[in-house]
Amino acid sequence: MKKFLLALCFVGVAALMSWGFYQAMYAAPTDGAQGDIARIFYYHVPHGMLCYLFFSINFVASLLYLAWRRAAPTKALAADAWAVSGAEVGVVFCSVVLVTGPIWGRPVWGIWWTWDARLTTTLVLWLIYVSYLLVRKFAAGSQMHTLAAVLSVFGAVDMPINYLANRLWTTQHPSPVFGGDADSGLKDPRMLAAFWWNVGAWAVWGLAVLAIRVYVERRQQRIDSDEQTAALSGD
Amino acid sequence: MTPSTEQNSARWTGLDWSKLVWSHLRKDLRIEWRSRDAINSMLFFALLVVVLFSMAFEPTASTSREIAGGVLCVATMFASVSALNQAWAREIRHQVLDALRMAPSGGAAMFLAKVLANFLFVSIVQCVLGPIFFIFYNLHPLGDTWLLTLVIPLGTWALVSNGTFFAALSIRSRNRELLLPLILFPIFLPALLAMVLSVKTILTGDGSDPDLLFVKLLAGYDVVFTTISLLLFDTVIEAD
Repeated sequence: MKKFLLALCFVGVAALMSWGFYQAMYAAPTDGAQGDIARIFYYHVPHGMLCYLFFSINFVASLLYLAWRRAAPTKALAADAWAVSGAEVGVVFCSVVLVTGPIWGRPVWGIWWTWDARLTTTLVLWLIYVSYLLVRKFAAGSQMHTLAAVLSVFGAVDMPINYLANRLWTTQHPSPVFGGDADSGLKDPRMLAAFWWNVGAWAVWGLAVLAIRVYVERRQQRIDSDEQTAALSGD
Repeated sequence: MTPSTEQNSARWTGLDWSKLVWSHLRKDLRIEWRSRDAINSMLFFALLVVVLFSMAFEPTASTSREIAGGVLCVATMFASVSALNQAWAREIRHQVLDALRMAPSGGAAMFLAKVLANFLFVSIVQCVLGPIFFIFYNLHPLGDTWLLTLVIPLGTWALVSNGTFFAALSIRSRNRELLLPLILFPIFLPALLAMVLSVKTILTGDGSDPDLLFVKLLAGYDVVFTTISLLLFDTVIEAD
């Protein structure tokens, strides 16, 4: 029964992503000014939005870890599993943003990369979370969880800066499509539909990967604690 | 925070707390005065970086103005990383750090004193390096030079405050010397960018930043990151 439900979820996610692909590539009309390259928008922007979601999951889980680490160590470990999973999935989404951006920039701007506020802060965001994952590799023992959680707070500070970058400064990066000034937003309903289908599909995909990653991490934690108990009892 | 440290931090307020910072700071300054390890190594390292860049690029007067800010900031950054690691490494020897953790004063005072001491060391290095820098790069600043006395300390504070915090964090890991730059540089990047751009504007006098936006940004960065570091330092130092 459990296997059947899992398979159903798998099929559901795959179907949703295919539908999103169909919407972005065929259903949405071609952009008048930019042509077909503008369709990358349906991948670039949803990934940007969702990387905030996963980094926020990492931030909240890290705060919970710091709050629980003395009072409720078992709950704190669960929070830590969510934190590491959130950071990993977030880094993947942020990487997609950083790869799709230049692919679009090359034909439209004529350059792959420029050091404007939005691009720079996105790269910094990516670098901070990669260093977060490195700390988890390098630091040893239980203190690693605390040190990583502290670093996550610093990473979270960069998120609002990144969000506001093309609202506060004039950047080469296009101004915000959503939540920008009065005449922003997608005007064609078919474009809007394609956009939101892709946000939904990638969110479901990301959350599914997150859930699997949390499950794996929890199992690893159980194995580690069993090994510790065995070592202590001298078996 | 455990109940005992909570009581202690409530007891240590105002004047007491500044006395505490002062006694930590006096200790750090005295150690440095006797050994001069940090200042000497930083000075020589930064000098080497400045010479290397000068030889590698052989800049003309106008290119100098463009790149000088970046070279100065990067030279200070590389130099201070080695000193920041040492600042905590010498507390590890003879279990001084454990003794400090057991003291009822709380970590924030210790952290602030360390930041102040390191800020002083890096500033001394910059004061010595500044004139050499002007000679090697044939610099003729075209903007408001007095603004440098505002921008450079703000940038240095951002570097030293974050650096001291992350040095304390990475001192507990394997390959600690490697870890500090890996964490510090990404987080310091926005401040580095603001510092380099403001120095460039001042040296070239191109008036591209009339509202001093980048200086304000740097000041805001300092306030936010120093506050977070002060609040989280107890957590880092008591991580077991």
